[in-house]
Amino acid sequence: MSRLDWQIGTVTAITPDTPRVKTFTLSLSRWTAHRAGQHYDLRLSAADGYQTERSYSIASPPEQTGEVALTVELIADGEVSGYLHEGVAVGDQLELRGPIGGYFVWPAGALAAPLLLVAGGSGVVPLMAMLRHRQRAKLPNPAVLLFSIRTPEEVIYQQELEAMAAADPAFTLLLTYTRQAPAGWTGHHRRVDAAMLAEAVALLPGAPQCYVCGPTGLVESVATLLQAQGLPDDAIRTERFGPTGN
Amino acid sequence: MPFINKGFHAKRPTEGPNKLPPGQYETQDFPVLTAGPTPRINLANWEFRLEGLVEKPVKWSWNEFNALPQQDFNPDIHCVTKWSKFDTKWRGVSLDTLLEHVQLQPEAEFALAFSYGGYTTNLPLADLRNGQAFIGLQYEGKPLTPEHGGPARLVVPHLYFWKSAKWVQGLRLMGVNKPGFWEEAGYSMRGDPWQEQRYGSDDDAADTSSLRL
Ligand SMILES: Cc1cc2nc3c(=O)[nH]c(=O)nc-3n(C[C@H](O)[C@H](O)[C@H](O)COP(=O)(O)OP(=O)(O)OC[C@H]3O[C@@H](n4cnc5c(N)ncnc54)[C@H](O)[C@@H]3O)c2cc1C
Repeated sequence: MSRLDWQIGTVTAITPDTPRVKTFTLSLSRWTAHRAGQHYDLRLSAADGYQTERSYSIASPPEQTGEVALTVELIADGEVSGYLHEGVAVGDQLELRGPIGGYFVWPAGALAAPLLLVAGGSGVVPLMAMLRHRQRAKLPNPAVLLFSIRTPEEVIYQQELEAMAAADPAFTLLLTYTRQAPAGWTGHHRRVDAAMLAEAVALLPGAPQCYVCGPTGLVESVATLLQAQGLPDDAIRTERFGPTGN
Repeated sequence: MPFINKGFHAKRPTEGPNKLPPGQYETQDFPVLTAGPTPRINLANWEFRLEGLVEKPVKWSWNEFNALPQQDFNPDIHCVTKWSKFDTKWRGVSLDTLLEHVQLQPEAEFALAFSYGGYTTNLPLADLRNGQAFIGLQYEGKPLTPEHGGPARLVVPHLYFWKSAKWVQGLRLMGVNKPGFWEEAGYSMRGDPWQEQRYGSDDDAADTSSLRL
């Protein structure tokens, strides 16, 4: 493994994804190709010497060379997400190191298994890197993204995901709204449950490799339900963001 | 010249900078971190083993293990994903108590903790002795829940928390430092938060003189 030195990236674009989520594109002079699912560590330094770090998943695919996109949800009273959302503009510099993470990654090429991706909220970020990589590298793996969001305005990457699904018969997007669904919605309107996961698995031609990312509650329950469907433990990879909520 | 993010300052005071290792922040809740599904373990089949470079391996059933002398521990814990939690309340069995039950072979310098569900992590034996490590059975006065590693979890609070193997099943004493699950994936072989040994590449740079082998 190569040295993970801190480097300074320059913000080249900031795009709003939802009212509370922004994507920051950073150009890096020492860019290294990542595996979809990996993250960067970002470090903020104050004038008085105080420093703090947080991890952010890479949203961009490794095909997008020389830069990384990080998608950050604004957390109420969040120290780092608050600064990124309010204090950072295009042209500013940020210190980061990566890519990091060797388990919650999609070793593309090596894996022929279909992909079952389950996301809650901003947990979609590393899964988006997998889908973008799959698309850009023209990988044949059939894939389903089951994406749980609370309300219609919280669907991160909505247009891109819908376009991807429309253009690619081997990719299915399943949304479920846990609080408020859009007007006229006929799809799922509840938390991810056994029936929904069975539906997602049945859309795939064979036993899937599963990646589950989101808040702890969702990840715990989805991983347990996938186990109950008879999937082996090593086919279920999980990553949790943020507080436990209790 | 040090890099500064203009306009950035700490959002909330911590309990004193000396309690927080570099890059960490304090959290009040207890985040859960696991690579896969949480194993459910039947206490009737549970056992804890000490094996490898010992004269005679030992194993305890759940009842036998719970009959061992227990102590209270109130450590600060530090997760490599950046959170730290102060003054956590545990009850469990000190590793010193467990190690009294075996005679170590002289080559034993490292341990591999292994868990139900297949997780492993490696540690220098020196980091497990002298009141530095315990097997946690209770958290905040209640049996440790499966998400947090119950029924029993290795707790080595002075190292990053991935070294504190959840669902622990035993320790294998070894003469060589064999990487465990995260270590194999590029994380530090020692994981000292005060030296910010997060990744394998941080080990080369860090001062390892505090490693009392
Ligand atoms: C591997 C990994 C990948 C990640 N990827 C992403 C990603 O792609 N996108 C993303 O948005 N996030 C991601 N995260 C989460 C991210 O790292 C941060 O945890 C998140 O941005 C919140 O940080 P913050 O500084 O804004 O909030 P913090 O300041 O850490 O606060 C979080 C919450 O806890 C509360 N809180 C914290 N400390 C205290 C205290 N002392 N007293 C009272 N309340 C407190 C705050 O009020 C707030 O609600 C990832 C995390 C990991 C581990």
